[in-house]
Amino acid sequence: MAQNKIDTELYLWEVFVQDKFGEPFTHCGSVHASDSEMALQNARDAYSRRNEAKTIWIVKSSEIISTTPSDEGPFFEPSNDKIYRHPQFYTIPKSVKDKLF
Amino acid sequence: MINEELELQKFEQKIANGEKIEPKDWMPEKYRKQLIRMIAQHAHSEIVGMLPEGNWITRAPSLRRKMVLLAKVQDEGGHGLYLYSAAETLGADRKDLIEALLNGKMKYSNIFNYPTLSWADIGIIGWLVDGAAIVNQTMLAKCSYGPYSRAMIRICKEENFHKRQGYENVSVLAQGNAKQKQMVQDALNRWWWQTLMMFGPHDENSTNTVDLMRWKIKLETNDSLRQRFINLTIPQAYAIGLTIPDNDLKYNEKTQNWEIGKINFDELYNVINGNGPCNRIRIAERKKSYEEGNWVRIAAENYALKNKNNYGTK
Ligand SMILES: [Fe+2]
Ligand SMILES: [Fe+2]
Repeated sequence: MAQNKIDTELYLWEVFVQDKFGEPFTHCGSVHASDSEMALQNARDAYSRRNEAKTIWIVKSSEIISTTPSDEGPFFEPSNDKIYRHPQFYTIPKSVKDKLF
Repeated sequence: MINEELELQKFEQKIANGEKIEPKDWMPEKYRKQLIRMIAQHAHSEIVGMLPEGNWITRAPSLRRKMVLLAKVQDEGGHGLYLYSAAETLGADRKDLIEALLNGKMKYSNIFNYPTLSWADIGIIGWLVDGAAIVNQTMLAKCSYGPYSRAMIRICKEENFHKRQGYENVSVLAQGNAKQKQMVQDALNRWWWQTLMMFGPHDENSTNTVDLMRWKIKLETNDSLRQRFINLTIPQAYAIGLTIPDNDLKYNEKTQNWEIGKINFDELYNVINGNGPCNRIRIAERKKSYEEGNWVRIAAENYALKNKNNYGTK
């Protein structure tokens, strides 16, 4: 072949797999593909050669919006001081707790 | 600078706690570089490793063996893909990595620079080469970098099939007629020492190990992994009547280790430096398939441009 340089690696897609119906989807890796159909097929061939998936989601990697580790502190901070969101925050009369809770 | 030191402290603390490092976490440049080199080299090994076995697909002795070999070689392609993806999470570009393989700037496992001369070699590769890979990869599944570790867990599951089909193949030949027995023993004789060298030089000569272990990219030394493989494999060989080609081999009751003779590492370095029987042909074949696939990639790209809607409407 005359052209020996690769022009493109196509787009990068992230693959999410549901291994049982009713279960949440888990990220399992990525594939390169030119469109969504090819991405689904590649994801099936790469990540479900032994029936590991019941359903596959793919999403273009560039479309994913994520927090960054440096956000860790300030971004998630608002929930730090709200211990009243946890059941342990509340005191229940002992007589009730032992019998009814 | 102070910030950098603080980050390094946090990073090392995480590793000490057994937590995984994830792609967007801060990491020392050296950690990133070592990982990219190691993961890419591993990925290259998977796709170059497809060649010596692919060589026998059309000549497999039965339909069953052919299906099995096809599935195994396809798995290896998949392993390459998982690993290139893991390298990409560190900011590497797959295209650059493959280019580095094709122009000789990056290496792949030296074992694939040897030819598969007979059908028995296919069984021996599954049993020994994949068996050695499992020992190494089981360790890597516990490494500190999340994406690499997760890829390894997935790969290890599949490797067990590779090893078993290899051992089955070998044991059938070992119980066959005189010619088959001789063929499989000959294959073992040619692959035994090469497989032991897959674990790399002895610890005292392995300059990389200390660095790699510091940040838990590796958790065990070459010699300890090699010993585990030897202890696992020798009883498997004896169980089917094969002889290990090592006159110095003996069992040490005290340590419960099989002790082997001297490994000829000069050969390893000679082959790594390009003088093995198949170095040239392996790279030539990879180049050929890469170039011949070019029109497919271009067509796929153009098709995608024409069908922009395939990305989903907003
Ligand atoms: Fe593999
Ligand atoms: Fe394998």
